[in-house]
Amino acid sequence: MSISAPRGLASSGQKPITEILHPLSAAEEPLSPGPDVTVSGGRDKEVGLTNGTPVETPSPASASVLFNRLQLDDDLDSDGRDPYADTETHDLFVTVDDPKKHVSTMETYITYRVSTKTTRIEFDLPEYSVRRRYQDFDWLRTKLEDSQPTHLIPPLPEKFVMKGVVDRFSEEFVETRMKALDKFLKRVADHPVLSFNPHLNAFLSAKDLNKRQGLALLSKVGESVKNVAGGYKLRVRPPEFCAMGEYLDTFNQKLGTIDRIAQRILKEQSEYLTELREYGTVYASWAGSEEELQRPLEGVAGCVTTCCGALEDMSENMGQDFLPVLREYILYIESMKNVLRKRDQSQAEYEGRLEAAVLRKQEDRTPIPAEVEKCQDKMECFNADLKADWERWQSNKRQDFKQLLTGMADKNVTHYEKCQAAWESLITLLQDKQTEDKTSCKSLWEIRQ
Amino acid sequence: MADSVSSEEVAVISNTDITSTESENNIINTMVERGTALLRKLEINVAEAEKRTGKNTVNMQETYTVYLIEIRPAETEGGTPAAPDTLWRRYSEFELLRTYLLVTYPYIIIPPLPEKRAEFVWHKLSADNLDPDFVERRRVGLENFLLRVASHPVLSNDKIFFLFLTEEKGWRDAVLETGFQDKADSRLKSLSAMFRVKNPDKRFTALKQYSDELNSVISQLLRIRARVADRLYGVYKVHGNYGRVFSEWSAIEKEMGDGLQSAGHHMDTYAASIDDILEEEEHFADQLKEYLFYTDAVRSVCRKHELIQYELEMAAQDLAQKKQQKEELATGTVRIFSLKGMTSKLFGQESPEQKESRLAALEQSIQEGEETVKEKNTECQQFVRAAWDDIEHFKEQKDKDLREALISYAIMQISMCKKGIQVWSNAKECFSKM
Repeated sequence: MSISAPRGLASSGQKPITEILHPLSAAEEPLSPGPDVTVSGGRDKEVGLTNGTPVETPSPASASVLFNRLQLDDDLDSDGRDPYADTETHDLFVTVDDPKKHVSTMETYITYRVSTKTTRIEFDLPEYSVRRRYQDFDWLRTKLEDSQPTHLIPPLPEKFVMKGVVDRFSEEFVETRMKALDKFLKRVADHPVLSFNPHLNAFLSAKDLNKRQGLALLSKVGESVKNVAGGYKLRVRPPEFCAMGEYLDTFNQKLGTIDRIAQRILKEQSEYLTELREYGTVYASWAGSEEELQRPLEGVAGCVTTCCGALEDMSENMGQDFLPVLREYILYIESMKNVLRKRDQSQAEYEGRLEAAVLRKQEDRTPIPAEVEKCQDKMECFNADLKADWERWQSNKRQDFKQLLTGMADKNVTHYEKCQAAWESLITLLQDKQTEDKTSCKSLWEIRQ
Repeated sequence: MADSVSSEEVAVISNTDITSTESENNIINTMVERGTALLRKLEINVAEAEKRTGKNTVNMQETYTVYLIEIRPAETEGGTPAAPDTLWRRYSEFELLRTYLLVTYPYIIIPPLPEKRAEFVWHKLSADNLDPDFVERRRVGLENFLLRVASHPVLSNDKIFFLFLTEEKGWRDAVLETGFQDKADSRLKSLSAMFRVKNPDKRFTALKQYSDELNSVISQLLRIRARVADRLYGVYKVHGNYGRVFSEWSAIEKEMGDGLQSAGHHMDTYAASIDDILEEEEHFADQLKEYLFYTDAVRSVCRKHELIQYELEMAAQDLAQKKQQKEELATGTVRIFSLKGMTSKLFGQESPEQKESRLAALEQSIQEGEETVKEKNTECQQFVRAAWDDIEHFKEQKDKDLREALISYAIMQISMCKKGIQVWSNAKECFSKM
């Protein structure tokens, strides 16, 4: 089967198993390794599709991306390349594309093709291609949240859409949603811990995703955190987590404002467009009653129409690319705040149990139970995971917004360039007939010279 | 046709034997490259505007604006520009001049004045006559008016116009002395009267129709342009909010902070740029408005022609009636009912002496009538010839002026696009450094 080249995914040799950190390890994880982390032992091959299974042609993007990775980080960034090109794991590539409509007696829905290429031994095959619908993605996310509660899970595009207001099957909607699902899956696949989650494995590889079957491999951390007893009050939150919470609150607010501004701009532009269209038609109708001025006036009408088209394109773009990303981040922030709350709970539980144990020890010399130490482990684990994820989130956020805002500026530049070109070609048309000068009748401009 | 004109002007139009094209050529030949005789001598501009307060005709304090007219000799030997002669005029004096011209040259399309009150405004502009932007645009409009009159082959020779430019104090009296006021009143009355012409001149009918169409389409255009301007203003100004939010956001960021902050400044610049852009566009609106008002002048020339035509038809009809009456009286047959006829039937025939005297009176009346018809005919022909010369002139001027207006509009649009590209490119650079 041929899979179209995933956009700009980094390609490198596989990581030897020893380098992949165990999910429960509290050790520092390499954050943004840059170009250095590639090379390991003999198993390093160029384009990571090498476990003997014949594959057609390697994706054309991978060679150039490999080359790019050897350059400095800065160049990579300014190149506008895929923001995930310099993340940790480079042996699992996923793509979401090819939307198709399915009509059954019960319901109509869209499925997407999810393609996977990997060298990991956790997968039986190097390549997979399955079809999934939004429900399946939702299932995956819920499972990830449940099984990896100490980590930040990327958000999904909005689940509910108002029937009648938004056409769930329109090309634009499906396109936008698909891009968001693709982003979600890529973020998960790039995450050093989440990408090893067995639910992800099932999602990517299983023919039929049997969602009711609970998979046995829930991580122990997950279980215990889920079962945390309530009722513990947090005394003092460490400053770094306070800072995180504050940042998220403010950032959330600012994103909301930006969303409102963007929507307002779209509305104003739409109303402007309506008037502009009518404006153009008046020139066209004026041309009808003129002789000499007919062509110039038609030219102006044409120009105005071109500008309308350019504006329409830009507005459509903003609606499709800009706003969804903003909304996505707002959802992301919500889930992150949840994780922060759970971390608080974990700390509160530990401190509560510790306090109780210390008191008992003072009373009757009972030693501090092992559970308390386990709680401490849990909390410290949680803190470490969160800190690491926070850093990568910040880095990704920076890339995402750089790309988003640069894109917005770019669209505006393009829009003005199109308009300028139209008016410039009109001027040559208008100045064309200036040479004929039968009579000495002067224009006002000429009189003023 | 007009009373108080210089001899040069009469020479141009009262030569009724020449054809229209010959007349046109004459006008061309009399005009040198530099334009009319007046413009060859003088440079005219409306230099400034100033506020004054004073008592008006009903003895109430009012604030008004006066405009400084500067006259300079056109060519200066020796290189040093001579000091200009100047005088101050207010808008109402311009109006008086124009009314005088309208009455005195009813066959000429008299250039319009800039609008008295701001119309077709979009929300930002005040409709206040003392608003400095409005005053400035009015200054330009008044200058255009003077230049158009000064460059007109007929109007530029008018003495009252010349006095308007040179005599600050004595001008008003001079105008009133011409007695144009009486004509003004009768003109107003006749132009608003309802009458129907039996054989309308097709050219004038077509011209009136075109003028009405042009009026309608320019009005439409100006209305929509104002709405477009209003909306565009909204689009630009909302972007200013980005400036504020980027600034606030940059406060919580480390590496992204600088890029965001400077991008925000560019958004502020973008939002602010719309004010100048729309102010410049008003110039285009003014050019359109001038021709909107021109259509009124065209319309009144057509109406005046209709009136003359109607009077001619009435005179001819009247003459025909009288001739009819004479015939009946002479032959004794009554074809047309007349009270006199009825009474004479009822109360007996009139005496031969009475009949003779009546015939003589009618004969007299018919002669007068024939004179009148001849006059009216001449008047009509002269009017048509002179008017049509001017109309051809106007059409070419209109095509040239509007073409240039469209060119400068396109240039404005290009400039606006360039500004937009500049600002967004700057913003893009800031974003890429985030």
